[in-house]
Amino acid sequence: MNAIPIEYGLILAGILFMLGMVSVLIRRNIIFMLISVEIMLNAAGLAFIVAGSKWTQADGQIMFIFILTMAAAEVSVGLALILQIYHQLKTLDTDAANRMKG
Amino acid sequence: MNTDLLIFFTSGAVAIVATILVITQYNMIHALLYLIVSFLALAVVFYVLGAPFAAALEVIVYAGAIVVLIIFVIMMLNLKKDAEEQEKSWLTPSVWIGPGILCAILMAEILYVLLAGGFEGNATQAVGAREVGRSLYGPYLIAVELSGLLLMAGTIGAYHLGRQRRKVIHRFLEMTDE
Amino acid sequence: MNAVQYLWLVPLLPLLGAVLLIVAGRNMSKPIIASIGAGSVGLSALTVIVIGVAFLSNPDVYEISVWQWIAVGNLTPSIELHLDALSLMFIFVITFVGFLIHLYSVEFMGEDSGYARFFACLNLFVCSMLLLVLAGNLVLLYLGWEGVGLCSYLLIGFWYEDPKNGYAARKAFIITRVGDTAMLIGLFLLFATFNSLDIETILSAAPSRWEQGSSIATVAALLLLGGAAGKSAQLPLQNWLPDAMAGPTPVSALIHAATMVTAGVYLIARMNVLFELSPVAMTTVGVVGAVTLLIAGFSAMTQTDLKRVLAYSTISQIGYMFLALGVGAWSAAIFHFFTHAFFKALLFLGAGAIIEALHHEHNIFRMGGLRKQLPIVFITFLAGAASLAALPLVTSGFYSKDMILWYAWAGEKGSGLLFIAGLVGALVTALYTTRLVIVTFFGYANTRVSKRPGWRMTMPLGVLAVLSVVVGFLEVPHNFWHAQLISGFLGGVLPAAVIDSGIEAYEWALQLLAAVVTLGGIFIGYFVYMATPGLHELVKKKFPTLHQLMYDGWGFDALYTLLFVKPVTWLARASRGDVIDGIYTGIAWVAIAANRAIATTQNGVMRWYVLGIVVGALLIITLGILV
Repeated sequence: MNAIPIEYGLILAGILFMLGMVSVLIRRNIIFMLISVEIMLNAAGLAFIVAGSKWTQADGQIMFIFILTMAAAEVSVGLALILQIYHQLKTLDTDAANRMKG
Repeated sequence: MNTDLLIFFTSGAVAIVATILVITQYNMIHALLYLIVSFLALAVVFYVLGAPFAAALEVIVYAGAIVVLIIFVIMMLNLKKDAEEQEKSWLTPSVWIGPGILCAILMAEILYVLLAGGFEGNATQAVGAREVGRSLYGPYLIAVELSGLLLMAGTIGAYHLGRQRRKVIHRFLEMTDE
Repeated sequence: MNAVQYLWLVPLLPLLGAVLLIVAGRNMSKPIIASIGAGSVGLSALTVIVIGVAFLSNPDVYEISVWQWIAVGNLTPSIELHLDALSLMFIFVITFVGFLIHLYSVEFMGEDSGYARFFACLNLFVCSMLLLVLAGNLVLLYLGWEGVGLCSYLLIGFWYEDPKNGYAARKAFIITRVGDTAMLIGLFLLFATFNSLDIETILSAAPSRWEQGSSIATVAALLLLGGAAGKSAQLPLQNWLPDAMAGPTPVSALIHAATMVTAGVYLIARMNVLFELSPVAMTTVGVVGAVTLLIAGFSAMTQTDLKRVLAYSTISQIGYMFLALGVGAWSAAIFHFFTHAFFKALLFLGAGAIIEALHHEHNIFRMGGLRKQLPIVFITFLAGAASLAALPLVTSGFYSKDMILWYAWAGEKGSGLLFIAGLVGALVTALYTTRLVIVTFFGYANTRVSKRPGWRMTMPLGVLAVLSVVVGFLEVPHNFWHAQLISGFLGGVLPAAVIDSGIEAYEWALQLLAAVVTLGGIFIGYFVYMATPGLHELVKKKFPTLHQLMYDGWGFDALYTLLFVKPVTWLARASRGDVIDGIYTGIAWVAIAANRAIATTQNGVMRWYVLGIVVGALLIITLGILV
């Protein structure tokens, strides 16, 4: 492996994270919000991989594995909740679930 | 410019373009397909950075399991055609302004921090699966156990939360429940 | 000499009467109340006559100290009664006219349930007024001053069940209060300068302490003038007097015609040295008098209520007295007070008799034809009206008013403008008096007489009518037979009026002019109201705004309401919600409002919360970078 400067990797991770965050703030559909959160998590994982490859250690990849695990668990639970919300409110609009207001 | 850098830039560009396409789609399935492309591109980036195991896992778990799960649930929702129109009505251009500014500021800050220096270093050698495995069952054993617990909790939670008790009502008397 | 020692009886007797009636009046029968009420003043009048006789044989200045009242540092006023020619004239008028009015009210207020209260207040008034004019120091004078103000309030609002009367009483009290405060500040100034409030001390020390025309003398004099203007209903504090007619007629006769409203004249006459020291103040007095007499005269021409015509007439006549004081004709002012007391009291008592007889009808245009129905009242009223209009040669009003006009023209401090004002005022006076007599007594009888007055009401009318005519001959100008009883009598107390040289020869011209003006006014009145029927209606239609302005007293009521009453009531209403408490509730309100404002951020919309997280993270990262 020849040299790839670390900054480029981190910048890539940053750009992907920003894109994910913009999408989270914009979308009203719950599923799109979930997708955007996945993008953000992935970008964070990329940052960890980059850091691990700099020090030539396995720790970066291990962190990435844990992020992956957590993302899987979170997606499953989140999708179950989405199913419940759709069943109750008959819509995927997050603004409809506002009974905790005030 | 060596080949690795070239591959890195190419797949990085593909990843970014695919992500942009993901976040501007109206159809959920289209967005998910672009997401898979993004993940695959990122897997290539991982490989170039010297993390082949992570690349494999990215493809298998992220692109192959999580995104597929989301696709299944979307199909289960049985959405009508009007979902796409609804998404189009919600996503007006003016909505992009505020979050765009916020994230631009954040991006500027990250760039400032990175380019100010202190992150010298290059990826030199690949860290193979053997290294990762030794590390997992060595120092990070407890973390593995905990993630196992996490997955079990996720499973039980998903099962319980996803359960729908259907009230047995004669179809002529069926009322919408709250 | 001996008799004068009993001077303290003069105010004491009415005071005893008042106290007795206040304490036990409710249980007494009407005849006993009447005897105590009228009797105390009658005894006082007798005492005055005795003292007067003794005084005339030994004219001097008497000071009788009854007891030491206050002793605080330099301020040591005592109850000190000071008798000289000026105060003797005043106490004679007060007790004598007072007694006649008390006798009149025995019958006039006979049906009233507040009989004892009436006589108690009236007696208290007489006592306070006597203290005022007999006072040897300014503190005692101020006591009397406030006392008459109090009694005026009590008596104007005598029929307190009707809120209008209470309003009129409050209006009178508050407006005179403004004047009283000015006077009090003047007293402070005098005390600060002279370290004593004894009148004799001040008057003798003033010329040496303050130089002629100095500003401090002007200020002191103007402050005293403020008090006098309030009590005497002169500009700008004159609009309480017409409304004060809400009180019973004997009250209007005694307080608001003969005595209390002349307290201002007394004050200025008594403090003449102070006023002589300041030409500015004298001019102000004269101008105030002249303007007041004109505006009140014009207002009197348009009034329809019998007593209001007489009220404006009183303001106008006191304006004449102020005019005389302003040009330095001190004795002329006092002489006019003397004659005015008699004929104005007579007119008011006559008005009361008319109102009673016509069963409380006040509007003169609903009267008429009373000449045949109430002959005695008519004749006495005519005598009083003639005196008011200053009918030449036969009435006392002519002599006193003529003396004022003469000094206004010829006096050293007189000016042509003041003379012309007085002359126009005489015309207007004659006009409205004639109008009053003609509309009330002549013509068609619109209201039938239901009750004729008894002897207790007609006897005082007769006495006063005789006096209105006769008293004039006490002071007759030099080109007649030059009787100088009044000015000679007062010569020891008040400075003589100085005349420009060379004018004396032309006195007859002025007298002729005054007589012509008066007769002209009478003729105009006769022409408009009797000879040409319907003319006054036409004139009223032609000048509606002017008529309305004059009817409303030249808009002073509206002006004061706008300037003072409205802001104060607005302020009271705005402070109704406790302002101090508002601060504390305000703090609570701010907390609650802030809570509500922040609670709106918890709107249950998930994107909102995500935005919050992102913004928070952004802030922290920014802080981390900057710091």
